[in-house]
Amino acid sequence: MVSLLSRVGVWFFIALLAFMAMALGADQAYSVHMAIICVAALIAMAASMNKFDFVTRRFPALGGPALQSQYDDDPIRWGVIATMFWGIAGFLVGLIIALQLAFPALNLNLEYTTFGRLRPLHTSAVIFAFGGNALIATSFYVVQRTCRARLAFPSLARFVFWGYQLFIVLAATGYLMGVTEAREYAEPEWYVDIWLTIVWVSYLAVFVGTIVKRKEPHIYVANWFYLSFIITVAMLHLVNNLSMPVSIFGSKSYSAFAGVQDALTQWWYGHNAVGFFLTAGFLAMMYYFVPKQAERPVFSYRLSIVHFWALIFLYIWAGPHHLHYTALPDWAQTLGMVFSIILWMPSWGGMINGLMTLNGAWDKIRTDPIIRMMVMALAFYGMSTFEGPMLSIKAVNSLSHYTDWTIGHVHSGALGWNGMITFACLYYLFPRLWGRSRMYSLRMINWHFWLSTLGIVFYASAMWVAGIMQGLMWREYGADGYLVYSFVETVAAMFPMYLIRALGGLLYLSGALVMVYNVWMTVAGHLRDEKPMTETPHNADADRPYVAVPAE
Amino acid sequence: MTSTTERAFSHKKLERNVTLLGLCALGAVAIGGIVEIAPLFWIDSTVEKVEGMRPYTPLELTGRNIYMREGCYVCHSQMIRPFRDEVERYGPYSLAAESMYDHPFQWGSKRTGPDLARVGGRYSDEWHRAHLKNPRSVVPESIMPPYAFLAERPVKVGDMSGHLTALSRVGVPYTKEAIAAADADLVAQADPNGDPALLKTRYPKAQARDFDGNPNQVTELDAVIAYLQMLGTLVDHQKAKAFEQPR
Repeated sequence: MVSLLSRVGVWFFIALLAFMAMALGADQAYSVHMAIICVAALIAMAASMNKFDFVTRRFPALGGPALQSQYDDDPIRWGVIATMFWGIAGFLVGLIIALQLAFPALNLNLEYTTFGRLRPLHTSAVIFAFGGNALIATSFYVVQRTCRARLAFPSLARFVFWGYQLFIVLAATGYLMGVTEAREYAEPEWYVDIWLTIVWVSYLAVFVGTIVKRKEPHIYVANWFYLSFIITVAMLHLVNNLSMPVSIFGSKSYSAFAGVQDALTQWWYGHNAVGFFLTAGFLAMMYYFVPKQAERPVFSYRLSIVHFWALIFLYIWAGPHHLHYTALPDWAQTLGMVFSIILWMPSWGGMINGLMTLNGAWDKIRTDPIIRMMVMALAFYGMSTFEGPMLSIKAVNSLSHYTDWTIGHVHSGALGWNGMITFACLYYLFPRLWGRSRMYSLRMINWHFWLSTLGIVFYASAMWVAGIMQGLMWREYGADGYLVYSFVETVAAMFPMYLIRALGGLLYLSGALVMVYNVWMTVAGHLRDEKPMTETPHNADADRPYVAVPAE
Repeated sequence: MTSTTERAFSHKKLERNVTLLGLCALGAVAIGGIVEIAPLFWIDSTVEKVEGMRPYTPLELTGRNIYMREGCYVCHSQMIRPFRDEVERYGPYSLAAESMYDHPFQWGSKRTGPDLARVGGRYSDEWHRAHLKNPRSVVPESIMPPYAFLAERPVKVGDMSGHLTALSRVGVPYTKEAIAAADADLVAQADPNGDPALLKTRYPKAQARDFDGNPNQVTELDAVIAYLQMLGTLVDHQKAKAFEQPR
């Protein structure tokens, strides 16, 4: 009772503080954010007052079968649904901004819907909302199974889930209202950063706490990757977001660093948001779900050790390749390039370990659409981790930097690797979390696979052509010794590529919508009556001994 | 791997101890940053001093904040690389010192639109007005969003001292007088009838005039154009040019 009262008291206190901050807010966006925090704290207060699990009470289907599983799976059930929701939101905004580049009228003449404000919304929604929820949900799932222990600090685990959603809402609404630190992938302002720090430390506590109470002597390799991802993101987030607020009652702050130092700190953060958020964390997913789905052990234990330490040590150095030929000192650029190239090897170590896990189960690519997605994800991981080191070579970068080639590279990684492996893991999780024998439809998974793959192919190839064309047009000289193209001619030349890119995005989004339907029906408890994915043909007419028929 | 007991170290130790595993991982990821980033703060040649650099005037700073608010950095870089085509297209390559007061830096990573590091003085105020309100009225092929609302929104005067104080706390050399006079300086720079003499002593090369064509009000359009018109104009590039070392 006392703990309940103190918990209600803490939420009430936070609500009160947020309300006062709202009233004192120096700018409108800050007040809106404080109002959101105030409402969230009041909901949390009501929830703890009633000891009332809002989600499971209101939507019994989301509670799932508590008895069938001894693990603490409620936050995971919410997490996989949040992943789907933010995924669709992120893909949709991506499609809108892709179309805005082809048809600027779609900026709608409103400040809230301009490309400049929607683009951070898109990147954060897919990386931090879609990817982040996938990571939190799968890590809670995997750490319980591989440790044979329930989640440590169950209330804190619920706080991590809801706290992270609040972070997403604050960041997203902030972008629309123009609240930004204007550093890519680290746009949220200082108070949102502080909130994320609190949530992240709680996440670390739940994760490490569960490992500490494990019943298995060894910590499984997936957990090394999750652990290094959580620790490194904490380090990057804290250092990169050091800033000086103008007032504690206003949203604006100024970065602690300036110019060159700020640039390298930011890209040390930015590149390792890729390295640890989108690589180490997703490799952790790969290391659990690929062996499970393939029903084969991980290919090489030794390779997993070598590539784990090599990957986390080397990734951190690669940041300066985002700043080639800038005012960053040359030694730092060269160091970044060298380490980026070395990084190719540990990256492929992970791909090899994942793909070779299918040794002896390769036939499943034909029969199991989930395995097919995982293999495609690993293939895209391999492709983009080859393309990355190549683009980090200064000579290549001199052409590719500032062009759409970079955008294509990012998307072959994000759509191909992060998206596909997430979809595959979700397809694995949904039936298990809701106690169904399988997904509603395996054929729809196959449709999703082909729509996504086709979408990525359109996307990446359009951006390769766009990027290389842009780079070559910018530097083209005529026989007269003058630049051939004005800048705006290179913009106009992008139009067909931007259309093809938007088509690719549309296909990818359609695939995800097919998934939403499939998931909906699975959770609702339906099984689609459909032809199985493979059939060994049986011809009853031919199944008899040969009897000679006399000629007429 | 047969007899692990004989070895001084086995990876199994790490796999059985989450504290050790976590600390080793933290160590592994900390090294790169320490070796690469930390030296930039104490190697003097990282930012070589050039003549002419000064902190932003309050009006320019306001414009810069609007530039960041609208996400201009996602499509425009402010970093000219030392290549023949870039130098001919945009002007002399960017120097580290030119962003030494930029909290945060705005070098950008994508050129959906052209580089803006030296856009100052390239176009008239009138061009900028038309372009920001409707980019396609002056560049038909442009895909830039329209920013007509900037012209209607007055700049919030009153808390500029707070902004300058915050910046001085992170190392921008604003004097006490400059901080105290921040609001007055902001208005003075956009006032066609005011006396910008004091402003110009505090901020050499500051351009003072009515930028947005509306002399009655300091709007966000004033601030953005003031910022764009000063970009790359502070340093005299003949003086800052790299010369061969005499032998």
